[in-house]
Amino acid sequence: MTVETQTQGRSETAAPVAPAIELIGVSKSFGPVQANKDIDMNVAKGAIHGIVGENGAGKSTLMSILYGFYKADAGEIKINGVTTEITDSHAAIAAGIGMVHQHFMLVEPFTVLENVIMGAEDGPLLRPSLNKARKVLMELAAEYELDVDPDAIVGDLSVGFQQRVEILKALYREADILILDEPTGVLTPAEADHLFRILENLKSQGKTIVLITHKLREIMAVTDTVSVMRRGKMTATVKTSETSASELADLMVGRHVLLEVDKSDAEPGETILEVKNLCVTDFQGVKKLKDVSLQLKAGEILGVAGVAGNGQSDLLNILGGIEAADSGEVIMKVDSIDLSKKASAAMRRERGIGHVPEDRHALGLVMAFQTWENAVFGYHNNPEFSGKFGLADQKVMMEDTKRKIEKYDIRPTNPHLLAQNYSGGNQQKIVIAREIENNPDVLLVGQPTRGVDIGAIEFIHKQIVALRDEGKAVLLVSVELEEILALSDRIVVMFDGVIQGERMPKETNEQELGMLMAGVDPEASA
Amino acid sequence: MNKGLPKWADIILIPFLSLMLAFLVSGLVVMFIGKDPIEAVKVMVSGALGKYGIGYTLYYTTSFIFTGLSVAIAFHARMFNIGGEGQAGIGGVGVAAVLLSVAWPHWTIAIIAASLGAMAFGAAWAAIPAYLQAKRGSHIVITTIMFNWIGSALIVYLLVGPMQAPGMVPETLGFSAGSSIPTLHDIIPAFDKHAPANVSLFLALFAAFGVWVLIWKTRLGYEIRAFGHSEKAAIYAGIKPVKIIMVAMLVSGALAGMMAVNTVQGEAERLILDTVQGAGFVGIAVALMGRSHPVGVVLAAFLFGILYQGGGELSFAMGIPREMIVVIQALVIMFVGSLENMVRIPVERMFVRFNKGAA
Repeated sequence: MTVETQTQGRSETAAPVAPAIELIGVSKSFGPVQANKDIDMNVAKGAIHGIVGENGAGKSTLMSILYGFYKADAGEIKINGVTTEITDSHAAIAAGIGMVHQHFMLVEPFTVLENVIMGAEDGPLLRPSLNKARKVLMELAAEYELDVDPDAIVGDLSVGFQQRVEILKALYREADILILDEPTGVLTPAEADHLFRILENLKSQGKTIVLITHKLREIMAVTDTVSVMRRGKMTATVKTSETSASELADLMVGRHVLLEVDKSDAEPGETILEVKNLCVTDFQGVKKLKDVSLQLKAGEILGVAGVAGNGQSDLLNILGGIEAADSGEVIMKVDSIDLSKKASAAMRRERGIGHVPEDRHALGLVMAFQTWENAVFGYHNNPEFSGKFGLADQKVMMEDTKRKIEKYDIRPTNPHLLAQNYSGGNQQKIVIAREIENNPDVLLVGQPTRGVDIGAIEFIHKQIVALRDEGKAVLLVSVELEEILALSDRIVVMFDGVIQGERMPKETNEQELGMLMAGVDPEASA
Repeated sequence: MNKGLPKWADIILIPFLSLMLAFLVSGLVVMFIGKDPIEAVKVMVSGALGKYGIGYTLYYTTSFIFTGLSVAIAFHARMFNIGGEGQAGIGGVGVAAVLLSVAWPHWTIAIIAASLGAMAFGAAWAAIPAYLQAKRGSHIVITTIMFNWIGSALIVYLLVGPMQAPGMVPETLGFSAGSSIPTLHDIIPAFDKHAPANVSLFLALFAAFGVWVLIWKTRLGYEIRAFGHSEKAAIYAGIKPVKIIMVAMLVSGALAGMMAVNTVQGEAERLILDTVQGAGFVGIAVALMGRSHPVGVVLAAFLFGILYQGGGELSFAMGIPREMIVVIQALVIMFVGSLENMVRIPVERMFVRFNKGAA
C-alpha cells in the first residue's frame, strides 16, 4: 500500500497539477477573538511549505482546522483540487493528511509497533496488524532514513526517535500531506539536521510537507515557499529563495526588528558565585547533576547550552532554592549557600539571587493572580510591603506594580488583569520586571524568550544586557543556540549532567556547540 | 476566564439562573409525586421565613456559615477538607470540657472561653490529617473522612464513659446557668421564644469578616491563595508548603469547631450524641455555591438554612417525604456547583452577541 502512494506521488510531480492544499477564505473566531481572518493559501504538491508567525498569530488554529480539530466558520478547503469537508481527524487521515504534533501523542509504555498501529488496527486480533506494520516499517525505514527499532518501548526512546515514530504513524496511515508543528523545539542541532534530511527524502518521494515554526533559520534552510501570518491574517506568501530571515521577521512583527543583540564586550569582575562539585539525583534515582563546577563573575553573562533535560533545569532550581542538592557547595561572594532541604527560594532572594524560571506558567506566575499580585510574587514579605496591623500594604504594592508596567512596557497596562490573559511576551515581561527591579546580584534566567514574540525578545534581551552592564552576574540557560550565542560572554555546554565543555562565543559556532550538546567533544576526537 | 462577562453577571446572574433551574426541576419532581409545586414553594417560604421558622433558619444558617467558611479556607489552599463533621463534633467536646470545668460567672466570658475550646479542639482534630498530608503526602480527603468516623466513635466513648452524667443517657451534665448564651429572642423579642438561633450568629458573621481579611488582606492569605493556585509556583516564590497546609487546615478545623458554640452551648446546653447532623457536609455545598468567598458563603448558608427549615415544614404540612428535601438540596448543589457551565456558556455567548451588536 505504501508502494501505491509512492507511484501516485511520482506520477503527479511531472505535469502541472492542482495544489495539494488550497485554502480559500478560511475564517475562524473564538468568541470575540478572530483567530483566522479570510485565509487564502496554496501549497504545491511535493513542496516543503513553511508557515511562520508569532505566538497567537493563528498558525496552530489554521492547522487544527486542516486536521479537523476545529471547524472553520467560513471558507473552503481543497485537497488535491477537490473540495473536502474535514469534520474530524478521521476525515483528515482519509484525505491523506497526517500531523506531527508539537507535544507527541504517543503511549509511552507501548512499543513502537503498538503505537504505530494504534487506531489503525485491521481487526480484533493484534498479531496480523503487528506483522503487517513490521513489514511496512522496515520499508519506510529503508526509504526515508526513518530507522527505529519496532520493538523498543517508546518511553525509552529519545525525543528525536519519538518524533520519528510520530512521522511513521502518519506515513503508515498513508499520509501524502504531512504537517509538522514546531518539530525542532526539543531536538539537538544534529537531530534537527537528520529530521530535515528525512523531510527532503519525503519530498523527493512526492509528499507535501507543511512546516510550522518560529525559527527563521530553519525556514530558510529547508522550505521552498513560506507564508507569514500576523494577527490571524496571512500577510505574505513568498518563495524562500527570494526572501531573507530579516525580511520575514519584519513581516511577522509588522515593523523592523533587530535580530542581532547590540552589546559591548563584557568587563568581568570578581567571581560572585562559585559552584563546586554539585550533585543531585531525582526521585527515580537518575543522576541529574554529576560533579558540576562553574564560576560566575560579576558583569558577565554565562550561557548554559544543552538539549532540554540534561541537568540545566536542576542547576537553576538548586541555585534558585527550589530543589535540594545531594552534595557539593555553592559559594556566593564569601559565604556558602544552604543547599539542604531546609533552604527555600525566599532565602535565596534575601541573598540577592533573582530567578526568571524556565517555565513561567507553572513557576514564575500564578496564572489566576492579578498583575499586582504577580509583580510582588516572592518579594511579598519585603519590608516595604508591610502595612498596618500586619496586613499587606496593597497600596504600595499597586504603585510598585504600576511603575513596573510603565518601565517594562507591559500591555495591557491594567494592574488588575489576570496573568493568563496576557500574551506570552507580556507575561515574561512581568517576571523579568519583578526579578530585575529587586536588584539581584546574580540573576538566574531560564529560557527567557520561550513562547515570546519577536518584538518582546528584542526588549528582554536588552534588559538582560543592561543588567550585566550594571555589573551584575547573569546565568543564562537556554535551549536556543542562537540566543546563547547572541547573549553570552562565555558558554558552557551541559550534557547528561556534566559540563561537557566551555567555549567563548566568538571562538565557536553552532556546529561545535551542537556536537558538545550531543556528548561529543570535537577537540578530544580530533 | 470570564470572557467579556461583566462581574455582576459572573457572581450574581449565573448563580441565580442556576438556582432557578434547580428549583424548576425540583418543581417538576414535586409535581411528579402528585403535589402542587406552587403550594410547596409557599409552604417552604412561609415555613422558613415566618415568625416561627426564621429562628430555626438562622440557627441552621449559623452552623452552615462556620462549616462553609471552614471548607472555603481549606479550598483556597487547595485542600479538600471533608472532615468538618468530625472537627465540629470534637469542637463540641472542647466546648463541653471548657463549660463543665468552670462555673462561668457570665455568658460573655463563657462564650469566649467556649469558642477558644471549640477552636482548639476542632483545630487539633484537623491537625493530624494536615500533618500527615504535609509531611507524608497522605491524601487529605481520605484521612479527614476517616477522622470523621474516629471522632464520632470517640464522642460515643466519652458520652458513655468519662464524660457521662449519672444515669443511662449518653450525655454530659447540663452546663451551668452562667454559660447559657442569649437567643435572638432575648435580644429582639420579635423572634419566637422557642427558636434556637442565638448570638453565635454574630460570631459567625464576624468569622466571615475575619476570613475575608485573612484571605485577601494579609500576606499569609496571599501565600495560601498562591499555594492553592499552584504549589510549584509557591515553592518558587519561597512559600513553604508544610506551613501553608498546616495553617490552612488548623484555621479550617477551628472554624468547623466553632459550630459547636451554636449547637452545643447555644442549643443543647450539654454535650449529646450527633450534634453536627451533617452540617459538616452541607458546608462543602455552601463553600462550593459561595465560590469560597465569605460573602457568598454567608448567602449560601442562609439559602441552605431556608432549605433545611422549609423542607421540614414541607414534610409536616404537605406530607412530602423528608427525603424530597435531600433531593432538592442535591439539585441545588448539582446545578450551582457541577453544572455551572451549562448556564455559563449560553450566558457568555449571549453577552458576546450583545456586545457585538452594541459595537
